[in-house]
Amino acid sequence: MKKIQILGMGCAKCAKLYAAAEAAAKELGTEYTMEKVEDIEKITEMGVMMTPALAINGEVKFAGRVPSAEDLKKTIAEAK
Amino acid sequence: MFKPVQILADWIVYGVFGLGRNTLAGGAVNFFVFDTIKIFMLLAGIIFAVSIIRTFLPPSKIREIILKKSRFSGHLWAAGLGIITPFCTCSAIPLFLGFIQTGIPLGVTFSFLVASPMINEVALVMLFGMFGVKIALLYALSGFIIAVASGLIIGKLNLEHLLEGFDLSKRIQNVAFGAEMPWPERLSYAREYTKDILKTVWPYVLIGIGIGAWIHGYVPENFLARWAGADKWYAVPLATLVGIPLYSNAAGVIPLVSALTEKGVALGTTLAFMMAVTGLSLPEFLILRRVMKMRLLFIFFGIVGVGIVFTGFLFNYVMK
Repeated sequence: MKKIQILGMGCAKCAKLYAAAEAAAKELGTEYTMEKVEDIEKITEMGVMMTPALAINGEVKFAGRVPSAEDLKKTIAEAK
Repeated sequence: MFKPVQILADWIVYGVFGLGRNTLAGGAVNFFVFDTIKIFMLLAGIIFAVSIIRTFLPPSKIREIILKKSRFSGHLWAAGLGIITPFCTCSAIPLFLGFIQTGIPLGVTFSFLVASPMINEVALVMLFGMFGVKIALLYALSGFIIAVASGLIIGKLNLEHLLEGFDLSKRIQNVAFGAEMPWPERLSYAREYTKDILKTVWPYVLIGIGIGAWIHGYVPENFLARWAGADKWYAVPLATLVGIPLYSNAAGVIPLVSALTEKGVALGTTLAFMMAVTGLSLPEFLILRRVMKMRLLFIFFGIVGVGIVFTGFLFNYVMK
């Protein structure tokens, strides 16, 4: 089970990243959960200063951008 | 360097459109076509290059560098690294908290916060394209000095008690990530980012260059010197105030201002105006209200504003 977290305080790009990450995970067929992290203090605690960011199982993978579908799939597939 | 672009523009305007070489319309349209092609080439190239550099220096890496510096060189590094960091109002708070809570002093954080929006690659490219390399460098250098100086002053004033909204005494560890990317990912990031920025700025650039071309062709030389020449003391502060609400249009404002300079607006006034457009923004002010008391915000804007006005006067005086 992979816990995918989208960090961001509700900007337009955060929603875009959320949808893109979910689509990528679905396409891979891995088991996953999606979670939105909108609390700013939680976000900075995870070390993120640019939103939106994506973390898998608590580890930040991307910050400040919406990666391409291929990059997302690769990252989700490789995450432990 | 842009000779082929000029040849192309000449061909389009005089050849394809059949406009007369020495007519007002021909001159204005040629100016528009040439500038548009040149600016978009420059924007695409430079934004792409800066994005690549940026993949090596994500904010967490920048924080790590600044944390290791002594107080004074911390200001220099913060302002310098602010240049390559893209500033987005929505990231202002996490950036601010992320700096303060890892122990970066308030003044150093401000040096970063001032430099990041004021000196950005889009503004620099526009300045370089419309005014030349000398003005672009002057702008970058004055912005850098304003960022360092305002940070130093705010640091000296010990204003930590004017922060609010979050627990800023809490200390978090610096987590560095994102700097190790394989090259294909760096390239795809840079491509996406460049596309994103071009998509947002192109209408402003076109409109700005369009109106600029019209002014260039139709407004008489030195027409504006009467109201905004170097000898008018009120021009610089007025330009600074007018610049504050124009944040998102920095890309469109610069070609416009370049045409105005040609018609007699003094250079220092122009620089002050552009710094106010990029460096002092209303949305940023509103967002930062969540971490700062009103008083600190006014001090912050006041110091940067005075710095900008001072720079404007200085250039008007020196270039006269």
